[in-house]
Amino acid sequence: MNTTLEQAIGQSQHRSLLSRIMSYQVFWVFLAALIACVTLSLVTDTFATERNLFNVTRNFAFVAIIAIGMTTVIASGGIDLSVGASVVLSAVVVGMVMAAGYPFWLAAAAAIGAVLLVGFVNGILIAYVGMPPFVVTLGMLSFARSIALVLSNNKMIYEFGPDQDLLLWIGGGSTFGIPHPLIVMVILAFVMGFVFKWTAWGQHVFAIGGNENAAILTGIPVPMVKVSVYMFSAFTAGITGILMAGWLGGVTTNLGTAMELTVIAAAVIGGANLAGGEGSAFGAVIGALLIEVIRNSLILLGISTFWQGAFIGSFIVLAVAFDRIQKLRGQE
Amino acid sequence: MAERLRLTGIGKHFGAIRALHAVSLSIEEGQVLGLMGDNGAGKSTLVKIIAGNFRPSEGEIHLDGEMRDFHHPRDAQNAGIEIVYQDLALCDNLTAASNVFLGRELKRRTGPVRIIDYKTMHRRAGELFAQLKSETRPRDIVRKMSGGQRQAVAIARTLLADAKVVLMDEPTAAISVRQVAEVLELIRRLRDRGITVILISHRMPDVFAVSDRIAVLRRGELVADKATIDSSPEEVTGLITGAIESA
Repeated sequence: MNTTLEQAIGQSQHRSLLSRIMSYQVFWVFLAALIACVTLSLVTDTFATERNLFNVTRNFAFVAIIAIGMTTVIASGGIDLSVGASVVLSAVVVGMVMAAGYPFWLAAAAAIGAVLLVGFVNGILIAYVGMPPFVVTLGMLSFARSIALVLSNNKMIYEFGPDQDLLLWIGGGSTFGIPHPLIVMVILAFVMGFVFKWTAWGQHVFAIGGNENAAILTGIPVPMVKVSVYMFSAFTAGITGILMAGWLGGVTTNLGTAMELTVIAAAVIGGANLAGGEGSAFGAVIGALLIEVIRNSLILLGISTFWQGAFIGSFIVLAVAFDRIQKLRGQE
Repeated sequence: MAERLRLTGIGKHFGAIRALHAVSLSIEEGQVLGLMGDNGAGKSTLVKIIAGNFRPSEGEIHLDGEMRDFHHPRDAQNAGIEIVYQDLALCDNLTAASNVFLGRELKRRTGPVRIIDYKTMHRRAGELFAQLKSETRPRDIVRKMSGGQRQAVAIARTLLADAKVVLMDEPTAAISVRQVAEVLELIRRLRDRGITVILISHRMPDVFAVSDRIAVLRRGELVADKATIDSSPEEVTGLITGAIESA
């Protein structure tokens, strides 16, 4: 033994870059999505068209944006089932305020305010009252969607007042050929990737998910962090609601129905651990991408879209199985 | 050696139940006190009083000659009293360095935002592990660590806080023999740095291996407080069970 203690402490793990990358679930999901894309480009002449790629990227951006919020919640050891309801609430509020003749920015602020309130109530009930996240957000799913129905009286909103063109441009337009939802998603992914790693808030979110008791004992303001996490996930749903209203050019009250399940699937496929403490913004994006590529490929290959659920379900189970194998290996 | 912690006439009542009665103890700096007693003897109540979780019903706590009245664990921490919990209270999903600095992350300013200074945190954590002579790498995830390394991480937290008194609750329960030796070595390192250690343990050999003094609680009363070399495992067992009245 020639190595001193200092050298041993200073060492990093003896693993090559390749083996480190291969231990990440996100890498394999990314590989699966990449292989699917390449195969589709070769097999069909419709996949690699500008039009189709534009659609794919825009469609998956909606799920990915919320999946980033969901990953934050899951990383803190919680779950948010109310995101789909927040999407429709946000869309209805933005639509109704604009239809009443108010400018877009005011309507967007009102919509974001409404969903932040949803997240705040979720967070308070979970963090301060101590109720289980599953129950609280399930109740909120029902409540918020009901409020959206009451507000709109279940009528479709398709006239958005003086700023209508601006709304349609923000949700459905593109800049430099890149659809706006995709731009929002990329910015959000980079910001949150940075926040998770480099801020105390990010560290605390993952610490709470890892061992909430330890987080409390070390003096982290756990309830406050939890409230902020649910508000953030509601915020991502609110942003998506506004973008979807602009993209569709109309708001119906079935918007975002069952979206929470797709979003949770994207987060889990992307490496978020439902037990808490793990997940990444990049993973959420890749998870959402894989789901959309599967959906798109089934359509292009002429396979019944009824198969979509079977594929997504398989990937969820595969992702969790991969996680199990990693854990078992680590215990050796 | 200077006196570090003095307890005088500490008592604690929970309603009609008397958990502690007239406990007086004095511990010097750089001393390891083994605190022993059967379940329900009042060990954890006493520890919680020192750590600020409970306020004593009667009696006084002096730290470095100054009277202290802790209303909250935070108060005790600020005064230099740290607890290493039995379950260690670590986040398995974070690195050793992140655990050492959890809740008190080092930051540096880049442009408009303050970001975590991982470089300095890794270096500082590495220094702390070196002081503890523990082969623990700051960048490693705690989940993959041995019991001894996990103890080192928990203890490094107390070093970082520049603790005067470290309370250790059953640190050697539920770990392997080799790791017990590692933990006892860590306790000696703390002692060598002038830190007062109160070791709460059921394991007689561990207490005799590392402590300078042994205090025994029985039914809320202090029945013994003597130098380890003047005692024996047989005597302590008798004191715990009540076969020996006091020593």
